[in-house]
Amino acid sequence: MDLESQAQIKKIADDLGKDSVMVILGASDIEGAEIAAETLTVGDPSFAGPLAGVSLRLPVYHILEPDLKSEIPDDVYEQQVGIVSMIVDTEEVANKFKAIRAQFDG
Amino acid sequence: MIKGKNIIIVGERDGVPGPAIAACVMAAGGNIVFMTTECFV
Repeated sequence: MDLESQAQIKKIADDLGKDSVMVILGASDIEGAEIAAETLTVGDPSFAGPLAGVSLRLPVYHILEPDLKSEIPDDVYEQQVGIVSMIVDTEEVANKFKAIRAQFDG
Repeated sequence: MIKGKNIIIVGERDGVPGPAIAACVMAAGGNIVFMTTECFV
């Protein structure tokens, strides 16, 4: 994950507190999304960025999860995310991210 | 889940980019505090 982004997200989490913050990812590659989720919960696995060894434990979701989709107006979701949601298995994304949150929570 | 929350958006160039997620978040009533579009290639 981009080092500058890590620094800015760390500052936001420090300033606002993790309870009022939620992260939404958009990676189509689930492996990449998992690494980003790990970085924002238990710290940068590459130990290269500002989040190395920093456990922000932010709640991380993926825009393709059906639970998020249900909160977004259908026309907006279709226009912005529709094509990607057709080529990615959204149920698999949901299951992966539920597991990630369960694994890294608390 | 989204409404009223401070949302950090990490989009991806080859997946769903930041601005597309931002449009969804705004429509759902979330407050965007950070947005980026990464490239993992």
